[in-house]
Amino acid sequence: MVAGAKEWEGYLADFAQLASNGNTPAPPWMRELRRTALDRFTALGFPTTRHEEWKYTNVAPIARSRFERAESTRNGLTAERLAPFTFGEQGGTRLVFVDGRYAPALSALPDLPDGMMAGSLAGVLTADSTALEPHLARYAACQDHAFVALNTACMEDGAFVSVPAGTAVPKPIHLLFVTTAPEKATVSHPRNLILMGGGSRAMIVESYVGLGPASYFTNAVTEILIGESAVLTHDKLVEETDGAFHIATTQAQLDRSAVFTSRAITLSGALVRNDTNAVLAGEGGDCTLDGLYLLHGRQHADNHTRIDHEKPHCSSRELYKGILAGRSKGVFNGKIYVHQDAQKTDAKQTNKNLLLSEDAVINTKPQLEILADDVKCAHGSTIGRLDEDAIFYLRSRGLGLEAARGLLTYAFASEVVSRITIAPLQGRLDRLLMARLQSLDGWSGASGVPA
Amino acid sequence: MLVIEDLHASVNGAEILRGLDLEVRAGEVHAVMGPNGSGKSTLANVLAGRESYEVTRGRVLFEGRDLLPMSPEARACEGIFLAFQYPVEIPGVSTAYFLKAGLNAIRKHRGLEELDAIDFLAMAKEKLKIVEMEQSLMTRALNEGFSGGEKKRNEIFQMVVLDPRLAILDETDSGLDIDALKIVADGVNALRSPDRAMIVITHYQRLLNYIVPDHVHVLLNGRIVRSGGKGLALDLEERGYDWVKADAGAPA
Repeated sequence: MVAGAKEWEGYLADFAQLASNGNTPAPPWMRELRRTALDRFTALGFPTTRHEEWKYTNVAPIARSRFERAESTRNGLTAERLAPFTFGEQGGTRLVFVDGRYAPALSALPDLPDGMMAGSLAGVLTADSTALEPHLARYAACQDHAFVALNTACMEDGAFVSVPAGTAVPKPIHLLFVTTAPEKATVSHPRNLILMGGGSRAMIVESYVGLGPASYFTNAVTEILIGESAVLTHDKLVEETDGAFHIATTQAQLDRSAVFTSRAITLSGALVRNDTNAVLAGEGGDCTLDGLYLLHGRQHADNHTRIDHEKPHCSSRELYKGILAGRSKGVFNGKIYVHQDAQKTDAKQTNKNLLLSEDAVINTKPQLEILADDVKCAHGSTIGRLDEDAIFYLRSRGLGLEAARGLLTYAFASEVVSRITIAPLQGRLDRLLMARLQSLDGWSGASGVPA
Repeated sequence: MLVIEDLHASVNGAEILRGLDLEVRAGEVHAVMGPNGSGKSTLANVLAGRESYEVTRGRVLFEGRDLLPMSPEARACEGIFLAFQYPVEIPGVSTAYFLKAGLNAIRKHRGLEELDAIDFLAMAKEKLKIVEMEQSLMTRALNEGFSGGEKKRNEIFQMVVLDPRLAILDETDSGLDIDALKIVADGVNALRSPDRAMIVITHYQRLLNYIVPDHVHVLLNGRIVRSGGKGLALDLEERGYDWVKADAGAPA
């Protein structure tokens, strides 16, 4: 950790620029927040593999690289270029961020329900930040997480979504983060805040895509507050490039009887780390954390989840599935903390992995800490290969070996994808999986180049 | 159509088939009967091309061509169909998707145009009636949560759709109640034709009341020890396999 001073120089410079109000005039509480976070980041430094939470994920390549803040241009990006990643006109609200900054021309804001806000966090900070102050950086803690601290110190923009009490948003809200990465190695620190009023309902899709050939680093934090009896579905999609580093924390706080469904789907990226955390802070809360990671070549994906059962009568369900080909590496670490007060907790966690090559590696670790005595907790993890009997069955009906393997791999993934309730998203992922898995040989090759 | 000569096959190093000879002509239905462990399922799996079964000696000709070097999918394309004793459950794959993929692979091999989703469904709907299954079968995950009878009927449905030249039914009657048995038998009988052959593998004579065979063979210790007409099955039912065992000079 001590080695780091040089590693941080770039970020310190970025910070200095932000602190001097280079781009966004920030309110005093915000400046204080940044300053504290920066101090925390410099105290923590980038984690090494000696750090328990980063044991299998080496972020040295991120620490070593000099990523610059992206220029505030849109690099000629058009709506057509983004079309494959959006849900078209029927998609509802869409907030597009290019290289970390809100791009209104590419966004779509059809009639929002009364009182609902959806827009740029930077915009709200500049105009009237009173709605943000009680929430921003109150849920995702900088204390032990260098990347959350770094994001908090350097954040510039992201999505702010606030759904008033009792409001049901009928269509999905899509937050799309695009990195253009034309030549220079760039960094962005997207920061999202989602506030769900009591009894409200919404579906949010948060997706990350890369377009250019250059390396880049996305360091995102999303904080979510779900009020009493509110219902939120949050689908996160990582489609970064093979030159991208993606580190992100999703932190959700659930009030009494709130329902939260999260899916973290990793389709590409050189190194991806998703921290998905939920705190069941009121009685009767219900949280589902699902995930899928589809890795090949030399990709690395690490999913850390943490569910805090703080109050009684809450339930949590977790299903993470991984498909690993080539020389890829996967990590799953699932923590469930049942606090002393959380009687009648019902928690279940499952992690299943399919290894398609001899060289793919998965490290999976469930961690249950239970301080209450009247609870139901279960966990299980499996690591396996494709079932030979099933392959033979399919081949005996005329399917070729590769088609049979592809179909079975698709079937493995579809358990997670079929749970997606947003039809255009489910359809798109379904087609994507089908196309990719049909030519497993090309896809799983060690070359690292997707077919 | 099918000529098996001196077939020897092993599973995990243990020899199961020990010099099996059998000839099946187009239009014929052959029943292969035998006690547990006699090699019935091994024969079925070897013919379908399961790789964990190792052929150590002998040859198999299908339509005059050497069958043994062919992959399972190549055999399917040539017209061989195995109705599994234990059909595999595959969550996440619908019967429609799977069967359309198989059928189109076979059609392509035969130089026929591939069917699109609409034509396939129209055709499949007709065939479903033969096995008296609901159309919802098509959208359900393959065999997942199916009862034993539903799985077997699904096998026959697949057979009807894929239209094989040689159908091998591996203990298709096991675990069926009498109603399901009749449906399965009707499906099989509907497919009998002068240019198609069938091998019906069964432990019990019961199925043969409904699918009347032209020839009956008794398999014992990996060899066919007795062959005859349909009357042989009735003799077996009455006198048990011990009778054949004693006759064949094999240890009882």
